[in-house]
Amino acid sequence: MSTAHPRAAGAPEPPLAVLLEVTHRCPLQCPYCSNPLALERASAELETADWQRVIDQAAALGALQVHFSGGEPMSRKDLVPLVRHATQRQLYTNLITSAVLLDEVRLGELKDAGLEHVQISFQDTQAQGADHIAGLAGAHQRKLEAARLVKAAGLALTLNFVIHRHNAERAAAMVALGAALGAGRIEMAHTQYYGWGLRNRDALLPSRAQLDAVTAVVEAARTEHQGRLVIDYVVPDYYAHRPKACMSGWGRRFMNISPSGRALPCHAAETLPGMDFPSVREHSLQDIWYESPAFQRFRGTQWMPDPCRSCERRELDWGGCRCQAFALTGDAARTDPACALSADHPLMAAAVRAAAGPPPPFAYRRYSEASAR
Amino acid sequence: MSAAGQDTAVPRLAPGVKFRFDEVRQAWVLLAPERLFLPDEQAVEILKLVDGARSVAAIVADLAERFEAPPELIAGDVGAMLQDLAGKGAIRL
Ligand code: SF4
Repeated sequence: MSTAHPRAAGAPEPPLAVLLEVTHRCPLQCPYCSNPLALERASAELETADWQRVIDQAAALGALQVHFSGGEPMSRKDLVPLVRHATQRQLYTNLITSAVLLDEVRLGELKDAGLEHVQISFQDTQAQGADHIAGLAGAHQRKLEAARLVKAAGLALTLNFVIHRHNAERAAAMVALGAALGAGRIEMAHTQYYGWGLRNRDALLPSRAQLDAVTAVVEAARTEHQGRLVIDYVVPDYYAHRPKACMSGWGRRFMNISPSGRALPCHAAETLPGMDFPSVREHSLQDIWYESPAFQRFRGTQWMPDPCRSCERRELDWGGCRCQAFALTGDAARTDPACALSADHPLMAAAVRAAAGPPPPFAYRRYSEASAR
Repeated sequence: MSAAGQDTAVPRLAPGVKFRFDEVRQAWVLLAPERLFLPDEQAVEILKLVDGARSVAAIVADLAERFEAPPELIAGDVGAMLQDLAGKGAIRL
């Protein structure tokens, strides 16, 4: 049924980017991992030819960028040929990596394959705290070495920091590390509380004072480094009055493919009940984007309840995050509780109070017995 | 960083930034690490001349001739556009 889809008036734009979660395997165990609690095993992953077909279809559909992510994408033996394939389709290639498996040889191969940009996750600026979060001794030192290799190879470098109550005080040091390593971009992203992050919320949620201090650091750093260092900042929703435009709206800009080939509007969407996310084994990306019920379910404004339905911000934030609405209220079709106009907004303050005590130990990201499928 | 007003400055795309034509959208796109800009027609004409060899003055002269417009006017537009993209980290001046 893969005929051409002439874009009717009112039809969605093509996606800008497709994120390929090529595997859930990862040497790290960060307790805020954006992967689902039920991780997919290697035996469930798509084959090389499947990923190549997905890349062809993404380019034909109009995606401009492809993100190789995971888990740790370098756990896949075919990463280099996949990057080369994307380059041949003129896609802009980003590698989202923990970098602990990145050495000079593999980096050289990736560069030859056309890789444009490497984003390395850092857990902290101090080795001890960083390795404690990652659950892997020596990880921080390896990341530093990998970042230098990326820079030396002439590739664009981003440092990604996930911020929480245990590292918020190092915000200025994070910027300084990015500048020292020659990064062109830093992501200062507060933990997002879905999946593993939600499970560890009491252990991770920063205080209001910590959040404000980080925000002040980011604002000052943006001025200081303007034109040389792009700083992308993501706040936690728990102190906000309005939600984020999660994924720039459901099925509007992005598509995410899970290791086993499920097409998702965001990486956490598999947590939503009653949704049938199409598989790239059975459907083309074109059909999934334009025709599948799952991508249309929360696209646009038709699905919205009050107060979003009549709100002047409905095409700015698209009602916030569906996964957060479900996780906190049990109903994915409610207004995101991060919005102060939502009747559920007091849930956010209650969560802040619950996290005010001494932090509990982490539940590390691990495969559970129940996750085999 | 020199100012865009400086005619001798040679603008170039920042590391990891690509400028290409997209057949699906029938439009030029500027691709950067996890970011993307959709330049308007005027910006497209300027960006086509950002090759790491031409100076700001050369770009202005080229556009002024082709569009038969006063160089001072073009210089203002080119300067503002390059300064804007430099601020966003997409261009180095
Ligand atoms: S009511 Fe809905 S559309 Fe309005 S600001 Fe809140 S979440 Fe956004």
